[in-house]
Amino acid sequence: MSREVMEYDVVIVGGGPSGLSAAIKLKQLNPETNVCVLEKASEIGAHILSGNVFETKALDELFPNWKELNTPVKTKVTKEKFLFLGKTKSFSWPTWLLPKVQKNHNNYIISLANMCRWLAEQAEALGVEIFPGFPASEIIYNEDGSVKGVATQDMGIDKEGNKKDSFESGIELHAKVTVFAEGCRGHLGKQLIKQFELNKGKDPQQYGIGLKEIWEVDESQHEEGLVMHTAGWPLDNKTYGGSFMYHAENKQIFLGYVIGLDYKNPHLSPFDEFQRFKTHPSIKKYIEGGKRISYGARALIEGGLQSLPQMFMPGALLIGCDAGTLNMPKIKGSHTAMKSGMIAAETIIEHLKNKKPLSIYEEKFKKSWVYEELFAARNVKPSFSWGLILGIIFTGIDQILFRGKLPFTLSHKHADHEALMPADKMPKIDYPKPDNVLTFDKTSSVYLTGTNHTDNQPVHLHLKNPELPISFNVAKYDEPAQRYCPAGVYEVQKENDMLKFVINSQNCIHCKTCDIKEPSQNINWVTPEGGGGPRYGNM
Amino acid sequence: MKILVAVKRVIDYNVQIRVKEDNSGIVTDNVKMSTNPPDDNAIEEAVKIKEAGKATEIVAITIGDDKAQETVRKALAVGADRGIHVKADGIIEPLAVSKILKAVVEKEKPDLVFMGKQAIDDDCNQTGQMLAALLNWPQATFASKIDVKDKSLEVTREVDEGLETIEVNIPAIVTCDLRLNEPRYASLPNIMKAKKKPLDQMSATDLGVDTKPRIEQIKVEEPPKRKAGIKVANVAELVNKLKNEAKVI
Repeated sequence: MSREVMEYDVVIVGGGPSGLSAAIKLKQLNPETNVCVLEKASEIGAHILSGNVFETKALDELFPNWKELNTPVKTKVTKEKFLFLGKTKSFSWPTWLLPKVQKNHNNYIISLANMCRWLAEQAEALGVEIFPGFPASEIIYNEDGSVKGVATQDMGIDKEGNKKDSFESGIELHAKVTVFAEGCRGHLGKQLIKQFELNKGKDPQQYGIGLKEIWEVDESQHEEGLVMHTAGWPLDNKTYGGSFMYHAENKQIFLGYVIGLDYKNPHLSPFDEFQRFKTHPSIKKYIEGGKRISYGARALIEGGLQSLPQMFMPGALLIGCDAGTLNMPKIKGSHTAMKSGMIAAETIIEHLKNKKPLSIYEEKFKKSWVYEELFAARNVKPSFSWGLILGIIFTGIDQILFRGKLPFTLSHKHADHEALMPADKMPKIDYPKPDNVLTFDKTSSVYLTGTNHTDNQPVHLHLKNPELPISFNVAKYDEPAQRYCPAGVYEVQKENDMLKFVINSQNCIHCKTCDIKEPSQNINWVTPEGGGGPRYGNM
Repeated sequence: MKILVAVKRVIDYNVQIRVKEDNSGIVTDNVKMSTNPPDDNAIEEAVKIKEAGKATEIVAITIGDDKAQETVRKALAVGADRGIHVKADGIIEPLAVSKILKAVVEKEKPDLVFMGKQAIDDDCNQTGQMLAALLNWPQATFASKIDVKDKSLEVTREVDEGLETIEVNIPAIVTCDLRLNEPRYASLPNIMKAKKKPLDQMSATDLGVDTKPRIEQIKVEEPPKRKAGIKVANVAELVNKLKNEAKVI
């Protein structure tokens, strides 16, 4: 089947911080470059979810005058707290004893979704063509095996795969260089890593799931600029994770929880841990009487330098968290993602102008401050495989005394999907029922995300082996998909005494956790019809 | 034959609407906006009529702030030939919209004016009717089927009792129901082409229309929360509750 073709100098897949920064930098370096950005969400920002305490380092370089450009970067961090939570008590860690990477006094509390909307406006003003609602669903290769571009998804296909009256064929976008910037666990990025063995000699990638809610609270509970993190309860010593609470503008609190997807207990439910966390007296007091106005979740990269794949390949670059540039101890990835995109732009300009190979990306990356940051951060996450307490002690030594310069590198030993222990060997967790005041169920939470997928389209969560959830997962792990999915997509139902695995794909909020955590890697997340998924506001 | 299609930019139907804390309106900042769904049906029908060779030109018009232009571009991407953006800020009530449309109709002289049966934001369902009155044209509202005849339209209407088929003379106003058709997708190449289609800009003042609201909005509130239901043990209890508690029988 021949599809319509559009030609560009550069096609960027994904309108997040890395992709948009790459697009902007390309136009700044050479306004003649033809650049387009494909985005699967119905609009830029609608699939963006992040804490977010923002370090302006990359933005300072991209727009030195950003303060004059009505940037949505307004709330400066004014106060910081770090709490260790016990079940009812809390212990406040003095901030002077925090490693430098965890100090935020020069940073801002922002909505990354709004930041991306702003970046998109800047990009469009520079002549970048942005196409929201068009997921890149397929990689197109040249005969020599190099990347030629991508194809967008066909629209108007029914559940059985037949063309509807409204059928609209996808098109091919060919480019001199294609930049993949899909974010954590991009479904094309995953294929490229495999195809070009980009992760050869690297540690397995490590992931986390981040859940976030926005609360509107009373003035008396709100301290604009306050940044608070916690570790400890409700997680046990062996599970990596913690919370964030950022007091943003307009009496809003960004409240969230991140759990490493290397958790072992299949009974654990990240969603319910987050809900339970909000009932702690040290947290409750900030949101009691307030109103939850948004909810969302997204997987994030935690592997750092050891797991960072090679970011160049013939005809293409892999940037931001599609590769994995997040700085875990800093709990920040936006500035590094942006910078990785800017380096990509510099690389591409030299490649197009002077025929330099795309491999110069690596040299440029290694000379940049992103590499320096990731190098210093590299030992923190692996040390937490020894548990919270040893992790903290080691991190103190590594980050405060040695500033990340210890003469060895700890490695990540296992992929997250290998971490689960059999259900009968691990304690069951009895999560309290939601009270619909502080804590909620998944259904009412997904409702707040504005998620929708057009009816009557093929299920976009593919099972490699459709029998496996019931024949293997139920007995061994009590089918953990029911719990790790933060949107209630997966259910095990009983029908006439037979167990049935149900996929409510219309609920999917595109977090990618199932693609990562499924113990046999049996779930493959592919792009649904364009414009589907959540409609996040200021997440 | 020329068709004028009015489209409106509204909050996307999937977004959960939030009332501003001071009850002065609803939150629209950073909220996903889209074309009013039945307006998509109106555009689709016009394009279908043109594809059938029964119309020669489709003009899409919207009224609103700068961002409302996106809505016209979307209409251009699915087949409208040219766009008009009437710039106006704030709340534009149906009467003001009708007066603006009337002024544009007098300039453009279309044979048909299509629009959605109502907008999903204010649910007024008044503009088409008011425009028909101002122009003294026949109207066919809630259309779920349109047959273009020589000098008239045969329109099937969705009414409470079922379906009603009427015939109206051209020129006419038609307001469209969601059942009229299935709107097509805008393809990427067509979105590109739409960027180059002509889009005229004018203001309500240019057209001599005063858009000042005639209705004072006092406050906006969320509907009261529904109470959770209860389970009754048997029919007798149900009847008893309906009689004595709900007092409906």
